[in-house]
Amino acid sequence: MKKLFALLLAVTMALAITACSSSGGSEDSIKIGLLAPLTGEVAQYGLSVSSGAELYIKEINEAGGINGKTIEVIKYDEQGDATEAVNNYYRLVDDGVVGIIGDVTSAPTVAVAQASVEDNMPMVTASATDPSVISYGSNFFQACLNEPYQGTTMASFAANELGVTSAATIYNTGDDYSIGCNDAFVEQCGELGVQVLAQEGYADGDVDFNAQLTSIIASGAQAIFCPNYYQDDGMIVTQARTLGFTGYILGVDGWTNTHEYTDPENLYDCYFCTSFAIIDDEKINEFAEAYRAENDKDPGNFEALGYDAAMVLINGIKAAEDAGLEAGSDEYKQAVIDGIANGVVEGVTGEISYDGTGAPTKSIMIVSLDSGSPEFYMNY
Amino acid sequence: MRDKYKRIPVPVRYLINAVLCALFLVIVQSLISGGAISRYQSGILAQIGVYIIMAVSLNIATGYLGQLPLGHAGFMSIGGYSCAIFMMRLSDKLGVETADLLVPGLIFGGCVAALFGLIIGIPALRLKGDYLAIVTLGFAEIIRVFMLNIDSLLGFKFTGGAGGLTGIPRYSNFLNVFITVILVCFFIHTMMKSRHGRAILAIRDNEIAAEASGVNVSYYKTLAFVISAFFAGIGGGLHAGNIGVMDPTKFGFMESIEILVMVVLGGMGSMLGSISAATVITIVNQALTSLSEYRMVIYALLLIVVMMFRPKGLFGTYDFSLNHVMERLLNRDFPKRMNRGAKK
Amino acid sequence: MIFFQQLLNGLQLGSIYALVALGYTMVYGIILLLNFAHGDIIMVGAYVSWAVMTRLQLGPVTAVFASILLCTLLGVIIEKVAYAPLRSAPRLSLLITAIGVSYFLENGAQLIFGADGKNMTAIFSIPNLTIGSLTLSSTALVTLAVTILAMMGLLVLVHKTKMGKAMRAVSEDMGAAQLMGISVNATISFTFAIGSLLAGIGSVLYSNIYQMATPTMGSMLGLKAFVAAVLGGIGSIPGAMIGGFAVGFIEIFVSAIKIGQQSLSVWRDAVVFAILIIVLVVKPTGIMGHKVREKV
Repeated sequence: MKKLFALLLAVTMALAITACSSSGGSEDSIKIGLLAPLTGEVAQYGLSVSSGAELYIKEINEAGGINGKTIEVIKYDEQGDATEAVNNYYRLVDDGVVGIIGDVTSAPTVAVAQASVEDNMPMVTASATDPSVISYGSNFFQACLNEPYQGTTMASFAANELGVTSAATIYNTGDDYSIGCNDAFVEQCGELGVQVLAQEGYADGDVDFNAQLTSIIASGAQAIFCPNYYQDDGMIVTQARTLGFTGYILGVDGWTNTHEYTDPENLYDCYFCTSFAIIDDEKINEFAEAYRAENDKDPGNFEALGYDAAMVLINGIKAAEDAGLEAGSDEYKQAVIDGIANGVVEGVTGEISYDGTGAPTKSIMIVSLDSGSPEFYMNY
Repeated sequence: MRDKYKRIPVPVRYLINAVLCALFLVIVQSLISGGAISRYQSGILAQIGVYIIMAVSLNIATGYLGQLPLGHAGFMSIGGYSCAIFMMRLSDKLGVETADLLVPGLIFGGCVAALFGLIIGIPALRLKGDYLAIVTLGFAEIIRVFMLNIDSLLGFKFTGGAGGLTGIPRYSNFLNVFITVILVCFFIHTMMKSRHGRAILAIRDNEIAAEASGVNVSYYKTLAFVISAFFAGIGGGLHAGNIGVMDPTKFGFMESIEILVMVVLGGMGSMLGSISAATVITIVNQALTSLSEYRMVIYALLLIVVMMFRPKGLFGTYDFSLNHVMERLLNRDFPKRMNRGAKK
Repeated sequence: MIFFQQLLNGLQLGSIYALVALGYTMVYGIILLLNFAHGDIIMVGAYVSWAVMTRLQLGPVTAVFASILLCTLLGVIIEKVAYAPLRSAPRLSLLITAIGVSYFLENGAQLIFGADGKNMTAIFSIPNLTIGSLTLSSTALVTLAVTILAMMGLLVLVHKTKMGKAMRAVSEDMGAAQLMGISVNATISFTFAIGSLLAGIGSVLYSNIYQMATPTMGSMLGLKAFVAAVLGGIGSIPGAMIGGFAVGFIEIFVSAIKIGQQSLSVWRDAVVFAILIIVLVVKPTGIMGHKVREKV
């Protein structure tokens, strides 16, 4: 028994030592960090973002890296937990990274954003849509459009393009993203004179939305606004159509994969706004093909945003490298930040630039799911 | 005639322990300020401290009192939120640095957690075994839902809802966390050696016999439970200051289980066990991070294997006592059977 | 009209909880173990349904049998490998082992199938019944019928067969049962097999309604079902049934209550747990549980 324990302990120690020693990289590489939940409840988003980001880094390295230096990614799993996110942020700082892609979900990202200010560490989040993540310092950038913008867009679209006069919402109250979009939508509806007949919340992890949907249908709303992530959206669409709802169902950029989570015949009159969808477009096709070759599945919004977040960060690092600064120094970090703030990149989610804040300026489009798969509907 | 068994006088014992603790603090702190321990590592040290407090406080209810509460994370959450909100609001009002309010903040957080411990403890402790587990579990879930949705009821920003309570000044560091750890352990140790502690142990060993011997069972059960909640609240307060964000989803059922795993793995009723298991589990979790997707599978297997080979935990009920070791060294020539071994 | 629709919603949700709660109750009744891995067995069953239907294209009948069979097998294997060696260990160690098994299944599934959910088509596609303006979901009716049949089968098994007698004997006093010539190990394995079989049926119905399999789906479902089992009186078969439906109805009706524009749906978990606490404080063994007198 004791021997077994000695063995277990030895294995643990060995792991700890390898974990510590594995961080030494070669001279000719630039180290960047990748912080994402790879296990736990929100792992699917983290894995998607990281696969997108890694694809871009791979392409850059194959094209010769930055000025001959290859880029090395150090990836840590933060389990969707703010505590682990902060721990692993410091760990990346210890490892000597010059910039970080991350984090993925809102609460951990806010925690990391707060911590990263003292180091002035350049950070680009692919998917944390909470507007507060960029409020702590100038070192933090978003690759995605924030919640208020998306909610407002959908309310205007519903009122002006679809002629909706009454709507209801169903949103995840355990998720900042859903709440933020919902609040913006409801506010904009008030401005435009669209009646919001019901706002139904549900808890994280719920799979049964029948009660809320029954109330919504009974209220007689013409459209349901459903600002959640695709898995929940798929189930909501299925259950709403089963209960006999025939009106519009509207979503935001978390909807990109929704068509994979419900039957195509349920998707009539479903629209969402996003900066990325698998639609017939040269740039997107090229990206989708490269992604499929690596991962054996279609990319979604998270993958595309991960790819673009990597592009934004690398663009900043390029600026610092071109200036010939010493990696890890304060000037280097500031140069990366300035490079990001002043640069313009042609991402797969559109042209991304920053005018003075960490929130990107980019176009947004409306995608229709009428045919059962995403199709470009209009720019908005 | 043999010599008398040599004993170390009580004040000297305390002095030795105090000096050793101070030495530990000074050495590690100077390593941190010297830069030999990075910020990541000192953050992990603080986290280890927080989990030691969580584990030893749960150990009061589980190991010493013999109950199975599954809602310890609920008290941690209450303590963390109330400590952080109290400190942030008060420092705004008084215009002082948040970190200066640490002691009143922690005590406030602990007291609020203890109050909830009392509210839930009085009805819950009438129940036995698994039913108590369920009631405490349910209570922690209610707390989680409450922290998540209370803002929409109040109509103003209080806990921060799903986005969590953000912008908490990061007032915890290695030094204040470990001073708290030492104080908490000292308090629990002396309590368990006192009349009250013996009453609590008597209830664990045989409730009916304890009652028959005149122990006020419901009083002592509630007392132990409230103290356990109090220290969990303090742990939560330190956690909030270590991370800077209180995320309500963290304090779910899984977090309670994680703390329980520390206590059971270390050995129920062993403070040494709780401390070492909290340390080992936190470090193993960090060490396995580089394995990303495989980490939790390995962790799960380790858990099963350890339970299979050491069902009573790593240390059983054994507790380390420096005093016993030293006395044994002083009395080397004394017959073995006369030594007061720590093992039962 | 809305009321009837909500009633039906409650019945459907309650049926799933009841089926899972039955499995919990069976296992708890015999070895006093809160089998945290029970919810995860359902998760495995849902993935099997998905794999058979979507990946292998073998059709719904194969999917149903494959997931029920594999769940049963998995339950027995878990018992033999992880729980049986700990029969004389403290109960808490067993509980921790169950948690370990649950972590293992969840994260193993994530490794194999990925973290993203898997969507499948409904297993049985029967058109909905329409009576007047009321749409009766056929899946709800199928779920309800299967659950009631399962409970009746279980009652017959426990009260009318020799194996059932052995199960009751083992749950009452393991040592005495062994002295009477009952094979305790075989009985416990059989109980796990039955509990997991119910989980398998539950997984089929779950996949049919929600058409989704995710690695973590078992944990919340398991917790709710567990609450249902305790609410009804853990160890009691009709209790699990009543508890399951009670939790289902509470959830649906709390969600349906509206104050102004906002509904109470976000508080439904809190209300379920609050009711559980109140019931336990008033009647510590649950609705149908019977009190076991403690001897000195």
